[in-house]
Amino acid sequence: MSSGGRRPTPFLERFGVTGRALVVALPFVWLLLFFVVPFVIVLKISFSDVDLAIPPYKPLLEWVGQNALAIHLNFNNYAFLFTDSLYVNALVNSLKVAAISTLFCLVIGYPMAYGIARAQARTRNLLLLLVILPFWTSLLLRVYAWIGLLKANGVINNLLIWVGLIHEPLTLLYTPLAMYIGIVYSYLPFMILPLYANLEKMDWQLLEAAEDLGCRPYQAFYKITLPLSRNGMLAGSMLVFIPAVGEFVIPALLGGPNALMIGRVLWDEFFSNRAWPVASAVAMLLLVILVPFMMWYQSVQARESAGAK
Amino acid sequence: MASTTGPIKAAPWKDPDARPFVQVERVTKSFGDFKAVDDVSLKIYKGEIFCLLGASGCGKTTLLRMLGGFETPSSGRILIDGEDMTGVPPYERPVNMMFQSYALFPHMTVEQNVAFGLKQDRVPKSEIADRVATMLGLVKLKDFAKRKPHQLSGGQKQRVALARSLVKRPKLLLLDEPLGALDKKLRENTQFELISIQDKLGVTFVVVTHDQEEAMTLASRIGVMNQGEIVQAGTPSEIYEFPSSKFVADFVGSVNIFEGKLIEDEPEYVRIASEELRATIYVSHGISAAPEAVVWAAVRPEKIFMSTVAPEGSDNVVRGAVQDIAYLGDLSIYLVKLATGKVVRVTQPNTSRHAEAITWDQQVYLTWDPSSPVVVTR
Repeated sequence: MSSGGRRPTPFLERFGVTGRALVVALPFVWLLLFFVVPFVIVLKISFSDVDLAIPPYKPLLEWVGQNALAIHLNFNNYAFLFTDSLYVNALVNSLKVAAISTLFCLVIGYPMAYGIARAQARTRNLLLLLVILPFWTSLLLRVYAWIGLLKANGVINNLLIWVGLIHEPLTLLYTPLAMYIGIVYSYLPFMILPLYANLEKMDWQLLEAAEDLGCRPYQAFYKITLPLSRNGMLAGSMLVFIPAVGEFVIPALLGGPNALMIGRVLWDEFFSNRAWPVASAVAMLLLVILVPFMMWYQSVQARESAGAK
Repeated sequence: MASTTGPIKAAPWKDPDARPFVQVERVTKSFGDFKAVDDVSLKIYKGEIFCLLGASGCGKTTLLRMLGGFETPSSGRILIDGEDMTGVPPYERPVNMMFQSYALFPHMTVEQNVAFGLKQDRVPKSEIADRVATMLGLVKLKDFAKRKPHQLSGGQKQRVALARSLVKRPKLLLLDEPLGALDKKLRENTQFELISIQDKLGVTFVVVTHDQEEAMTLASRIGVMNQGEIVQAGTPSEIYEFPSSKFVADFVGSVNIFEGKLIEDEPEYVRIASEELRATIYVSHGISAAPEAVVWAAVRPEKIFMSTVAPEGSDNVVRGAVQDIAYLGDLSIYLVKLATGKVVRVTQPNTSRHAEAITWDQQVYLTWDPSSPVVVTR
């Protein structure tokens, strides 16, 4: 035998646990604990009956008699979502609001991202900082600030009256307009950042080449910049659209009583009606609708990082 | 030194009545205090391949970009085919450019890239297809029409870029370091391909390059640039054999520069006493310089003869020891160190496979023909 011998196998490796497996396992454990388990709980609740108890639903599994286990699956919660038009309307309205907000974010965010990407290195960092800066305060605070701006004797109305454009204060707060302003304002950075990341990689000499071949600057933008930033636009749009569908805080604070959003319906079912099973069913439905968008976003991301165009 | 006769057989720049195709008139371009291009005047004739040669930062690319319309001159003007180009944007100039990075559109196929300019001009569809096919045939890329740029090699991209800039049949084609990204072998082949394409289409080329060999091969005339100025313009052989300054002599090819004082200044010959050679240089042509002036004699390494026996005469003879030898196959470079410490570069063709070789530390005599030195005063 040589004097070196064999390194003793570390304790964990004897059970097939290597450092590599540990590192890979960590995110999976995280997902299991904080996504899969809660998801299964919500799924479970969505199939139960309402009960006047704590928690306010009946168990799915029940021992009956000596050795029999009964499973009560209640599909009524889902059926109910389609019998009462409230839910479908709220869902359709949420999708509409999210889509319109995404469009506005794109129209406003694109020129901003473009401007930042084409700015000089020093200004560019400053501008990026300004985009990110709002994240340093809570979303709630920023939405309340909008209430201060939009209300009847708020900053905007007072300014307009002072300038003399209007004599009576305009009703801005608790209107769809206020809600759109809030959503677009809050989600704009999520549009700007992926777009910027995309545009920043662009070879601006391509635009010179296009002009050289006979394009006016706006044609060069339309034929070169726009198609090349498609992945950035898609990524930004998904990042705005997906959370905006389920947005609850902004419509509740700025949108007034008529802003029927699915997130708000869910909140009401859960807290006001204590109808946990129906609320869970709403949550599942929302998930099913958003999964295709998320998958699309993932594939866009994969394409973007692969660099294939 | 590979120097072909350019595609132009006559020499329009020698004809005072010839109409220049491109006229650069006292053009200056400043960026803040920095003058990238400084009072440059230039005449380029139809069918020429004119090379702007210089080190990076000498202003050659800025000058090219002004021809393309991507920069506006701070003063002076540029005429192309007799038309003043001041204020004419790139998309209205009868000029196309081949960019150094090629700037191929990554989201379009080879075919779409080449067709881009024609579509922009609303050329009928069938004609576009014809012209694109012809052009792809010319640059030998017919089989790659459906590929995207990222599926091509460097040489193929270069040819797509060339096809794209030529398909619109520009009167003037600007090429920014067209062969810069290619390896040496490919570059040599492509140089001759470029010349043959240019010959076929009769387009005027203005080429920017930092590679003097490339300039020598391609150009009908070369404009050597330094610090924003054109220091000398002429045919490759004029630039090489009759450089007007130390800078040009040194930049184009390799050269030995001997500093000395003018001691005899006759119309037929001059004699220069060189301290660093401890010898006199006899030159068989007159020059215009003040008597006793400090001048420089430039002698190309291939025009110096090396031998182990002392040659006759006392002019143009120096003695030294071989310090280093580089064997390049077709020729060898010898660095000979003189007693003064001056190192002279000599190249000798390896004409025989079994030549009696001169080796390290051997004492040798160097001599050159009285017609070989070029005397420059700056």
